[in-house]
Amino acid sequence: MAAKLILSMDGLVLKEITLTKERTTIGRKPHNDIQIDNLAVSGEHAVIVTILNDSFLEDLGSTNGTLVNGQPIKKHFLQNNDVVELGKYKLKYINDQTSKQASPQDFEKTMVLRPGATPPKPPEGPKPPEGQKPAPAGPAMGASQPSPTVATTQPTPTLSASQPQAVKPAAASQAMPTMGASQPMSTSQPMSTSQPIGTAKVAAIQILSGANAGKEMELSKALTTLGKPGVQVAVITKRPQGYFITHVEGANFPILNGKLLDAQAHPLGDHDIIELAGVKMEFFYKA
Amino acid sequence: MNLSQALEIASCTDPGIVRSHNEDSIAADAAKGLVVLADGMGGYNAGEVASGMATTVITTELQHLLDETPPYKLEPGSGKPYAERLLTDQIAKANTSIYQAAQSQPQYSGMGTTLVAAVFYDNKVSVAHIGDSRLYRLRGETFEQLTRDHSLLQEQIDSGMITPEQAKFSQNKNLVTRALGIDPTVEPELHCYPTQLGDIYLLCSDGLNDMVSDVDIGMTLQTLSANLRLAAQQLVQMANDNGGRDNVSVILVRVVRDYAAPRGWISRFFSWLR
Repeated sequence: MAAKLILSMDGLVLKEITLTKERTTIGRKPHNDIQIDNLAVSGEHAVIVTILNDSFLEDLGSTNGTLVNGQPIKKHFLQNNDVVELGKYKLKYINDQTSKQASPQDFEKTMVLRPGATPPKPPEGPKPPEGQKPAPAGPAMGASQPSPTVATTQPTPTLSASQPQAVKPAAASQAMPTMGASQPMSTSQPMSTSQPIGTAKVAAIQILSGANAGKEMELSKALTTLGKPGVQVAVITKRPQGYFITHVEGANFPILNGKLLDAQAHPLGDHDIIELAGVKMEFFYKA
Repeated sequence: MNLSQALEIASCTDPGIVRSHNEDSIAADAAKGLVVLADGMGGYNAGEVASGMATTVITTELQHLLDETPPYKLEPGSGKPYAERLLTDQIAKANTSIYQAAQSQPQYSGMGTTLVAAVFYDNKVSVAHIGDSRLYRLRGETFEQLTRDHSLLQEQIDSGMITPEQAKFSQNKNLVTRALGIDPTVEPELHCYPTQLGDIYLLCSDGLNDMVSDVDIGMTLQTLSANLRLAAQQLVQMANDNGGRDNVSVILVRVVRDYAAPRGWISRFFSWLR
């Protein structure tokens, strides 16, 4: 599903524009793809460059500037629900890849980009990027196309030059890729350990014996190691389903509630007693 | 020269949470200092076939050839170590095999695979890659990516269109610009790096680095460096805990001993003693 823009003024929706072209121009003059006939808008005000599922907004040196979510920009990588402002006009950018999810088997499959195969959506008035052969739009299985090695070794200087001529699904048995059928935005970002994984409560370890008796350590990280390196080390992993303890190194394995553990990961329960390198400690969930 | 005393290798591969097939394929031979990882693509089981062919062809051929030709020897023409020539040739061979299978059998039509392959020799590592499978290195506190993806996203980053920060939000993550078996010929990217004692090398498919941030991968390797096997399993588990939307494969290689090529008769004698 292609991304779209919703043009409005004073909360009144005027128009909906689907971003199908590689370049969508915005301005006051009539030749623009999105014409806004208002004196606060420059003749050639801004342009949106769309490359497959991503769109980039660029201000073309307009008199009154372009705002995205209230901030003036020169160039901006558009994200779902961004609000672009030109004078009193607003353009809402909608690129909701999640709602149009195809079968889970289908999404996010790695595909190969090759110059010279059939583009899923041929850009209007295609202009072959410089330095690349204008290949005929042939069948996707065209055998004698050159490998698309050009752009990786020499970074392409312009936006249009890195616009791929074609997308080819590696699976020829599958239909043309529905571009919208990829990654749900919300989960595609790698998770960081700084934020708690899942909704599980945070637990802690309190040392019960030895020199550090009484000390408490919060288990907020994805991995927390316990013990003495080179002697005996165990790791407590924080996972969506709870906490687990696993032996890492040393001849001796940790003891959990008086029972010697093996090499496997073991789930930890509230008030479990861990014995490691001669030190006793208690695992518990914080209230 | 047998490197099994110099290199410690652990690996793990998993279909992930969402997919039913594992289209990744991995192979490792510590004695020969050889590790290969491929992430296949194609309908039905074609992806598995492509990645399986890549790892099998490259591993079996190189196991033979590394015995015949010392990889550290310099090629007279190019002045480069033979390891690179061997890698290039065997990758070309694998490419031809996959390409021909894809051309001749309709159920394999269009299949292909990414690849990252490394040969360790003479306190060095030569790495070849195609597509978005990666090689990372943990050296001391520094965890860094050594390969650069052949992908649309990487091209956009290189051309300054988007920053690496913004790239995390891109919707064009799954598009590679090079793959093995798609065209009659393929050009692998080759690099050679000197290794140091204690280095940990990570080869992985995009199922890992799409689901787990580089910071978290590096932290996990550092925390669990004492137990390589556990580190490999933990990385796969983290990818799955974060959603596991793709097959995930990792190979870890730790340099535990010096493995300089035997040069004078003294070092030859000592290497014979080992």
